[in-house]
Amino acid sequence: MRELIKNPNVDWMGLKRGFILVSLVLLVLGGASAVTRGFNLGIDFAGGTLVTVKFKDTPPSEDRVRQALGRQGIDPSKIIIQPISDPISGATNEVLIRLPQREPGQKVGSSGGSDLDAEKRAILEALSTFNPPSDVATKVDLNLISRDRLRDVLLAEDPLRLVSSSGRAAAELEYTRYAEAIIQFRDRDRGGLVRDLADVRSVPGVPTALLQWLPQRFFAGNAAMISAEIVGPQIGQELRQRAISVTLASLFGMLIYIAFRFEWVYGVAAVIAVFHDVLITLGIFSLVQKEISLNVVAALLTLVGYSVNDTIVVFDRIRENVRLRRREGLRTIINDSINQTLSRTILTSGLTLLAVISLYLFGGEVLSGFSLALLVGIIVGTYSSVAVASPVMLWWHMWRSQRQAKRPVVRPKAAEAVPPGRKERRVTASR
Amino acid sequence: MSRKLRNRFLGIGGVTVISLYLLFGPFQLRDASGRITAQAIAANFTWGRLTKNLAENIKLGLDLRGGSHLILQVQTDDAVRSITAGNMEKARAILQQAGIKFTNIASPALGRIEIDLEESGQIEDAKARITLDFGPGWTARTEGKRLIFEMKDEEQRDIRERATEQAMRIIEQRINAFGVAEPTIARHGPATGYQILLQLPGVDDPERVKNLIRAESRLELKLVHSGPHPSEEAARQAVGGTVPPDKEILPARERRRDPNAPPVQYYVVEKTPVITGDDLRNAQAVPAQAGGSVYEILFSLRPSGAERFYTATSANIGKNLAIILNDEIKSAPVIRDAIRDEGRIEGDFTKEEAEDLALTLRSGALPARVSYLEERTVGPSLGADSIRQGFAASIAGLAAIVIFMLFYYRLSGVNAVIGLILNLILLLAAMRIVGAVLTLPGIAGVALTIGMAVDANVLIFERIREELRNGKVPASAVALGFERAFTTIFDTNLTTIIAALFLFVFGTGPIRGFAVTLTAGLIANFFTAIFVSRALFAWVLERQGGRPAELSI
Repeated sequence: MRELIKNPNVDWMGLKRGFILVSLVLLVLGGASAVTRGFNLGIDFAGGTLVTVKFKDTPPSEDRVRQALGRQGIDPSKIIIQPISDPISGATNEVLIRLPQREPGQKVGSSGGSDLDAEKRAILEALSTFNPPSDVATKVDLNLISRDRLRDVLLAEDPLRLVSSSGRAAAELEYTRYAEAIIQFRDRDRGGLVRDLADVRSVPGVPTALLQWLPQRFFAGNAAMISAEIVGPQIGQELRQRAISVTLASLFGMLIYIAFRFEWVYGVAAVIAVFHDVLITLGIFSLVQKEISLNVVAALLTLVGYSVNDTIVVFDRIRENVRLRRREGLRTIINDSINQTLSRTILTSGLTLLAVISLYLFGGEVLSGFSLALLVGIIVGTYSSVAVASPVMLWWHMWRSQRQAKRPVVRPKAAEAVPPGRKERRVTASR
Repeated sequence: MSRKLRNRFLGIGGVTVISLYLLFGPFQLRDASGRITAQAIAANFTWGRLTKNLAENIKLGLDLRGGSHLILQVQTDDAVRSITAGNMEKARAILQQAGIKFTNIASPALGRIEIDLEESGQIEDAKARITLDFGPGWTARTEGKRLIFEMKDEEQRDIRERATEQAMRIIEQRINAFGVAEPTIARHGPATGYQILLQLPGVDDPERVKNLIRAESRLELKLVHSGPHPSEEAARQAVGGTVPPDKEILPARERRRDPNAPPVQYYVVEKTPVITGDDLRNAQAVPAQAGGSVYEILFSLRPSGAERFYTATSANIGKNLAIILNDEIKSAPVIRDAIRDEGRIEGDFTKEEAEDLALTLRSGALPARVSYLEERTVGPSLGADSIRQGFAASIAGLAAIVIFMLFYYRLSGVNAVIGLILNLILLLAAMRIVGAVLTLPGIAGVALTIGMAVDANVLIFERIREELRNGKVPASAVALGFERAFTTIFDTNLTTIIAALFLFVFGTGPIRGFAVTLTAGLIANFFTAIFVSRALFAWVLERQGGRPAELSI
């Protein structure tokens, strides 16, 4: 039998002052950072525009991107540019560009747009300045064109003379198919960006004549926009409120469930511990100024489930031991229960951490916030089952027995004397 | 093997086979000639066929397959405003008909109409007449000579709700006609937000969809009072300097066919249309009678509209009738004959323009404008990257856990690993059954499920070890371990499922995908960790004669 820890015998409840100190320090640090520096809210909550741009080679320097965007009427100081690298291939030719929510009334781009997607168009225009001006002036960028637009250009230019030979409707149908095939080739076979039109010499299902004609009207630009997300101010505000209310609601749901399965005290203690975990995780996000996206909130909600899960394992053992060892004090029972479940606690957290770490390492940019929240949350959540939930339970019992000691005792030490069974749950036990 | 155990394994095998078939099926047993041959069966099990089937069975979310996601909001104020304006016109007509004189009629706020009468004597009469027409959705009160009507809150809510539902239907028609495969069109957000969610897989340019939705095709046919005039000012002079309340001036843009006409001309027209787009029965794009590549739109009317159209045209033969699309006069032909139910909109439309217009005319105008709150487009190349990364992360996580379990629990680790892999298969099969989509956070959910699923095994194994340490023989240690760990596993899995339910309520698209995979994984976990794992232990114990002295754990 391989064992992690042999017969642990730690007086956990004796450490509770130390635990409070650690928790308090973390909470105060996070709280102070949240108050002074605030949170780095992602566009899901703050609104704004976020695009992923893929370049043929190494992206132009941040300054050049900033300047190009500045010429489109976007305040260069507010642009966030973040290079991203593929965690598997190590390629670094993608860049995230984030623009903040526009001030009301502010116009953006050469056409003075005020639509939701004005920034997106401005970025597209800025990207075209990274291509040779002679190409841009006379040709269309195959890397920035959409399927429908390509179809329209093909139909208008009619390189295969389909309109005159077989009529407009038939030509439209044919060109739609060709445009679809060419775009699919670009997006699936070439990862969203063709290096050179010479690359597009053979696309299945497209006549060679058309492909050979392409360079007359098209060029392969240096950059492609492979994703664009735009969130207006209203959505951001709604989501902020919803994220908070759903998190609180889920905590309440946990409280009810545990109160139903165990006792009120257990529920309250578990929920205090989870609340502590969520606050510390948020505090750490504020400290390192990591972006809080929708996915991070999803991770926080998962964490609520996970942390309660961890607490329940300990509580379950406490409940069982209380039933078996009626004469012993609660403090000893809690200590023993933690010790008995300790190797399980460490193992499960460790194994879940392994899964989360691989997500953090290989999951790419989109999942990095998500996995960081879980990484922090699982560590804090494991700690809090021992260091927060259990002491809260103990304090409550100590406080109650003190109160009962002052008054004439009707039912001495109800909880310890007659512990609630799984089925014969005793409502009176906690009163 | 005992009979009971054999039945258990048969059950487990059955579930596994069904799950695998759900994921990698359907299989073809017959060859081209329709005979069942071994070769035809073997042909199903090539890597290409299996992955192709898997890709078809597990639907990918927008973030993985690429597409556009839009959230739009119906500006329901428009609908309330237009109903208020309509009622104001009706009130004006009622008062005129009844011969009640008024100095002013106005709508100073949304859902509020104020009428200033000349004398207060007729105010109760006016109030009664108008209230009868407005119906129970309005309240009426008087302040001296002023009559105030206000729309009730619940009436406003009804109007807004109807406008949103109507907008959703119209958008759905237009999207379907546009030819997007498997679009999602649904209400979104709080009920009073009047938001609509559009998910359009494979659409790489949301612009055209937005144009199609935005395209507001309001057709109105109005009698021409005078015109054409070269300028707006000239038009105003034609009606004596100020436009009377029942008339209005509308522009008519240049038609490329007539090179001598000024670019924009103006007509004075009656404000009340003879017929509107609501009276349309059908509209279609047809090649213009003049020939060439020009198209025009042929429309026909519903019986009620046709009746009104007939009355109006027969009474106004020789006059001009303006055909107005979106407040712009497209043509103003002379009425030569009484027309009953057909007309045509001429204009230098291309085929595509004419078809889009006909489509928007057919589906009717949106009852209110829409504004866009959120727009996300993911290209298929980014989606492919995400799949690759998510897959790599899951495999790495799984590998790390498998290695650890085998190292730490030795033979019992094999038991856990079998459970884990079965858990994954069941999870994916469950997603196929409920038709859930796999998103990037969903893949993260899979990776996370692997970590959480192993928790159940750890709980049981640690418990078994504890019992062994307490001196129990393996057989009873296993039995006790499973029995005692059961409640804990039940409670822990259920709390996580509760959290996932809240996630499902909170999120859209990708996050829902995460909630679904997490829940499916945890439910599958009950089966694998308790039932399958226990059967495997029972088998191991039985093989060693039922009462072995040691257990590899």
